[in-house]
Amino acid sequence: MSDDSSRPSDRDQEVARAAAGATTGSGASEHGGTTASEPLLQLKNLEKHFPLTQGIVFKKTVGHVRAVDGVTLTLGRGETLGLVGESGCGKSTVAKLLVALEKPSDGQILYKGRDVARMGRRDLKQYRREVQIIFQDPYASLNPRMTVGDIVAEGWSVHADIAPKKGRLQRTQELMDRVGLNPDFVNRYPHQFSGGQRQRIGIARALALQPEVIVCDEPVSALDVSVQAQVVNLLEDLQDDFGLSYLFIAHDLSVVRHISDRVAVMYLGSVVEEGTDSDVYGSPSHPYTQALLSSVPLHEPHLRGQKDRILLQGDVPSPANPPSGCRFRTRCWKAQDICATEPPALVDRGQGHPAACHFAEARSVVPVDVE
Amino acid sequence: MSISSGATAAPRGGAVGSPLLAVDDLQVEFRTGSGVVNAVNGISYTLAQGETLAILGESGSGKSVSAQAIMGILDTPPAHITGGTVVFEGRDLLTLPPEEQRQVRGPGISMIFQDALSALNPVYSVGFQIGEMFRAHQGLSKKDAKRKAVELMDRVRIPAAAQRVNDYPHQFSGGMRQRVMIAMAIALDPKILIADEPTTALDVTVQAQVMDLLKDLQRDTGMGLILITHDLGVVNEVADNVAVMYAGRIVERGTVDDVFSRPAMPYTEGLMTSIPRVEAKGGRLVPISGQPPNLARIPSGCPFHPRCPRRRIGAEAAPGRDCAVDHPPLRLVVPGREAACHYSEEVLGV
Ligand SMILES: Nc1ncnc2c1ncn2[C@@H]1O[C@H](COP(=O)(O)OP(=O)(O)OP(=O)(O)O)[C@@H](O)[C@H]1O
Ligand SMILES: Nc1ncnc2c1ncn2[C@@H]1O[C@H](COP(=O)(O)OP(=O)(O)OP(=O)(O)O)[C@@H](O)[C@H]1O
Ligand code: SF4
Ligand code: SF4
Ligand SMILES: [Mg+2]
Ligand SMILES: [Mg+2]
Repeated sequence: MSDDSSRPSDRDQEVARAAAGATTGSGASEHGGTTASEPLLQLKNLEKHFPLTQGIVFKKTVGHVRAVDGVTLTLGRGETLGLVGESGCGKSTVAKLLVALEKPSDGQILYKGRDVARMGRRDLKQYRREVQIIFQDPYASLNPRMTVGDIVAEGWSVHADIAPKKGRLQRTQELMDRVGLNPDFVNRYPHQFSGGQRQRIGIARALALQPEVIVCDEPVSALDVSVQAQVVNLLEDLQDDFGLSYLFIAHDLSVVRHISDRVAVMYLGSVVEEGTDSDVYGSPSHPYTQALLSSVPLHEPHLRGQKDRILLQGDVPSPANPPSGCRFRTRCWKAQDICATEPPALVDRGQGHPAACHFAEARSVVPVDVE
Repeated sequence: MSISSGATAAPRGGAVGSPLLAVDDLQVEFRTGSGVVNAVNGISYTLAQGETLAILGESGSGKSVSAQAIMGILDTPPAHITGGTVVFEGRDLLTLPPEEQRQVRGPGISMIFQDALSALNPVYSVGFQIGEMFRAHQGLSKKDAKRKAVELMDRVRIPAAAQRVNDYPHQFSGGMRQRVMIAMAIALDPKILIADEPTTALDVTVQAQVMDLLKDLQRDTGMGLILITHDLGVVNEVADNVAVMYAGRIVERGTVDDVFSRPAMPYTEGLMTSIPRVEAKGGRLVPISGQPPNLARIPSGCPFHPRCPRRRIGAEAAPGRDCAVDHPPLRLVVPGREAACHYSEEVLGV
């Protein structure tokens, strides 16, 4: 594939991929919560505060939007970490921080044990190649004036070592074929493709750089139900073939459960609960997770009415002015005095997985389907 | 009228009372510079008092256009209603003169839209906009209209309604704006409410609040509810009956229980296997191949045939039932169930 596989980093990568491939098994849904090796990516207390400004000529900072406010997460090799939460909770900001489209206000991102903020130019370039992103909106994220072939090959102008100039067209067509696009359409423009096909173009563009990690920011949210499943299956197959790790962001809790090994739930800039898919969905322990799960409408008639109904009051507070103590307390039915003063740490309080609630308690909300 | 009192409310399935609304063979096309778009191709359904009918379909299947045709809010040109009847209170709305249409439809049928922000006027307070319904239709004074507005805001569970009545739309969250829209829609006690993706733009916890509100209002008033959505979960949790649309046609219709438990149309079957479940990790998804059709070029025969895993073409087909040639009409397959497929009996295994 690459003509200079003699470079040590590439060799490392091949070995890592082989190893990841071996533990991945035949289906993405099979690797459970077992991530044996050291994490590939670690986010430590990551923060991103956007200044809130007033005035046009003389901009004055009048506050900060605490979009991401102390997020700690790990992603293992070959693993899929799901990130769920409602609009504005900071999911996309985490994604942008990860792919270095935004700079953290505080905290660290460690990749293969090394702090990304302290990487030199060469390493940073390598990092940017190995950690790719695909976006929610396949319409907005593709340049309408470029052909599909140019879009897929674009990254090779920066990372020329990956694909020798001569074989690029063939390689592009191979990639198109791999993601389920007709290779004959290499000279077509994005508007000539459907939504699902455009998402495939975005996936091919990410794959072209032989990444280790793909950050998927709502990759199927804009797609029709019947097309969503095609893209989900493609992502699973690619993970098996290339030993990829995914950070899979979505607000659809069913899709996240389906594809993820572990799941983190965000509320107002921080993670409130984290665990394997069965921890979070089977024994949710944070009141917000419980409310979120209980709001998901189930589509099977025999399960109708079997779910705990928790109707939350009110709306999500502004991230510019989050509540003191526990951020969820303004909507929480269990709140006590301590919740207004002490921010609850994200730790295991006996439920087998961490939840950021002083009074964490496992409760089964969605019926367990025994079919 | 038999409104049961279960947790999920509503009479489930079958006809409930006499039909409030009867849509028959409705057809709408858009005549555009690049050709004719056949958006709605002969859909028929009835809605009874207290019934919730879900219209389920993917993007572009004609859900909104069919509702807009019933409401008389399509722009002609480019839209042309080329056939069919919409009978409400004994009269065909499509053939009434415009002024009478307004008098019948105005208080009787109302509609809420997906995007509440763009449907509200940013320069008037929400109280004024809700009150406008009473001033315009019932000639109430400004003061009385405002009092009514506060009552309605209370009814749609907007907290501190009396304080918020003078606030402007941008001061409300998405969920609260959708409540304002609902307040306006139910102001004149309509017999029918058409809700076009009322919660699609909302977060799931807020979506649950709004759906709950709609169901409670329906129980209190006995209005018929047409719920347009692409979310199978929402259909299952709130509707009695469902009409599945594909390429501008209804391709399956029946009670939600029947249709979702045992689909009679391969498209519905495909939808059910495409979506993951929140209550179990589940195995690999089984998608529908290909893409929804372009309505300017609907495939011949069965519009679903290019994507259908059960299609029978040429020598494989039964006489007169070639999926690529013969158009399958919506027909009664088993009691209470209609489907537009030549081979529904096989799909159902009957
Ligand atoms: N560049 C920016 N400047 C100021 N505020 C921002 C900026 N980007 C994001 N925000 C704010 O940060 C918060 C988190 O936004 P983010 O896009 O990460 O949310 P999200 O979880 O991805 O939401 P969604 O589900 O709607 O995509 C929001 O309140 C948003 O308005
Ligand atoms: N003004 C217009 N001119 C031409 N075609 C139109 C126009 N408005 C709608 N259409 C077409 O009519 C068809 C049906 O549209 P409609 O809005 O009813 O779909 P829908 O089922 O409501 O989809 P969605 O889930 O995306 O809202 C679509 O193919 C659409 O492109
Ligand atoms: S810490 Fe208190 S307010 Fe926060 S979720 Fe737990 S009980 Fe509710
Ligand atoms: S008529 Fe034929 S192509 Fe259409 S749904 Fe039935 S089997 Fe499939
Ligand atoms: Mg986002
Ligand atoms: Mg629509």
